[in-house]
Amino acid sequence: MALKDGKRVLVFIAGVIAVYALVKLLAMTGFLNPYWLRILDQALIMTIGALGLSVIFGISGQFSIGHAAFFGIGAYSAGLVTKSLGGDPFTFLLALATGAFMAGLVAFLIGLPVLRLTSDYLGIATLGFGIIVKVGFDNANKVIPEMGGATGMTGIPQVANFEWIFIFCILSIVLARNLVQSGHGRACTALREDEVAANVVGINIFRYKMLAFVFGCTLAGLAGALYAHRYPFLHPSSFDFLPSIDFLIIVVLGGMGSLTGTIVTAIGWVFLLEGLRTVLGSTFVDYRGVIYALLLIIVILVRRQGIFGNKEYGFLAPVVRRKEGRNATIES
Amino acid sequence: MEYFLEQVINGLQLGLVYALIALGYTMVYGIVKLINFAHGDVFMVGAFIGYFGFTNWGLPWPLAIVVAAVLCACLGVLIERIAYRPLRYTARIMALISAIGVSFFIEYFCSLKFMFGPNYRVVQRPFEEIYWSIGGVTISNIQVLIFVTVVCMLVGLQYLVQRTKIGAAMRTVSFDHDTARLMGVNVDKTISFTFGIGAALAAVGGVLFAIAYPQIWTFMGVMPGLKAFTAAVLGGIGLIPGAMLGALIMGQAEVMTAAFISSQLRDAIAFSILILVLLVRPCGILGKTQPEKV
Repeated sequence: MALKDGKRVLVFIAGVIAVYALVKLLAMTGFLNPYWLRILDQALIMTIGALGLSVIFGISGQFSIGHAAFFGIGAYSAGLVTKSLGGDPFTFLLALATGAFMAGLVAFLIGLPVLRLTSDYLGIATLGFGIIVKVGFDNANKVIPEMGGATGMTGIPQVANFEWIFIFCILSIVLARNLVQSGHGRACTALREDEVAANVVGINIFRYKMLAFVFGCTLAGLAGALYAHRYPFLHPSSFDFLPSIDFLIIVVLGGMGSLTGTIVTAIGWVFLLEGLRTVLGSTFVDYRGVIYALLLIIVILVRRQGIFGNKEYGFLAPVVRRKEGRNATIES
Repeated sequence: MEYFLEQVINGLQLGLVYALIALGYTMVYGIVKLINFAHGDVFMVGAFIGYFGFTNWGLPWPLAIVVAAVLCACLGVLIERIAYRPLRYTARIMALISAIGVSFFIEYFCSLKFMFGPNYRVVQRPFEEIYWSIGGVTISNIQVLIFVTVVCMLVGLQYLVQRTKIGAAMRTVSFDHDTARLMGVNVDKTISFTFGIGAALAAVGGVLFAIAYPQIWTFMGVMPGLKAFTAAVLGGIGLIPGAMLGALIMGQAEVMTAAFISSQLRDAIAFSILILVLLVRPCGILGKTQPEKV
């Protein structure tokens, strides 16, 4: 907190390089075997998606339980691009852009009507949308045979490696942070706190709801696009209700309104699940849902603000610039 | 034409089962403004208890329905006590998240091997299915049973809510908790009672569903639950006649889609209706628009 903004950016960059070097070192010495590297990639992908929901729900307070649908839209549309055009780096980047863009576009189109709803009604509408999308994936092979329908989509080149995922994860963190700390981000937070009051002070609430929703869903689409090229077998069941709840748990558990919390929890959550899988073995699959549910209930009952509350740390903490002089004010 | 009429009757059968679930949603929403996500899972538990009742425990089937209703009423009260009451006066989203958690917990806990197990079970009907043909349209005794049961339950519920003391308490609490408390209504007890009644109705619906569509599993409550909720919203949430009307419309819409368009689209159509209703008339067909107060 005490550090100046420029210094914090330097510390952040140093931290990013250090983390990257650490992962590479651990991988080279064999401390992290390919299995756990794979899990790490998954954790970073989850982080990107969860950041999206964090902006929608944690920062702007728009309750969405169809987040995995946008993740799926990104995955399928990106997969289609590389499956038909090949897997060289340029096409891969084009696929990522397509995935993110398609998710954002669908979010915009569905947001036009749906974002007029508030609170739990919005949740139900997004849930319904998620189910419609899943039905769509199940039957997609009737329109586009490449998408495989209910049997799943195969044949996407596996071109996303740790470097790509890491770069895009960092990029997403920076983007989300900059959005949250801009005037737009503040408008979104005002929206979360009190919609009527925000409206009264002249914030165009619909516009900011849309901004947060499209931004968050675009991140989900990007995450999905990376996912499609890291684990190149897409199945509609990977994008239905349960994964949406995954994202929701991460945001609630991490603390609503805290990007730091979302990042830490997303990584922790994926590793926790894998840890449980190694400890519990085959019974894990049976108990997985029970653990999810209990965790969610207990967090809500015992620590409603989540692990981090709405606090941010380090690079993500809000920037406070003070004007010199008597009439010192805090600017955004 | 006969085919169409038969589909109308099938839709009526489905709609009446949805109505039993939708009533629970609408009563709970009316009184605590909470979407009780776990309601569809209470429906599932009811179906399983009824099934165990008339296959494993050797109960006559009417008694099995009663046992299922009583046990599920207890479950409903328990859920409210543990997961919703501590959150009653916080942000509504918190209780909704808790409700989603409870729903998941029931589903996955019941899928464990020492509970109901994760597999589909085929229900042996406790009585033979008999068909009557009236003017070319076939009606089964199951459809008659569902019709009679649901109509009786609905009349009973209307009597309970409009004519008894506890019904008056329920209506009072649905207006304002604090005022109700000042008037000497025991708010906690009334809410518990509402959850119990709603859960019992869902359990009856579950057993009827298991008899009518004789295959049950632990996730069977998800879709009927969501569709019944849609029905409640469609009719105007918080209103008992609205839930009934919405459920009948949903039943028809779903069966007609399956019969004349594509059976794979039946889920999609249900949720398209939901989104449309929320957009065009969020207060439902019978609901009244209330201006937002600050």
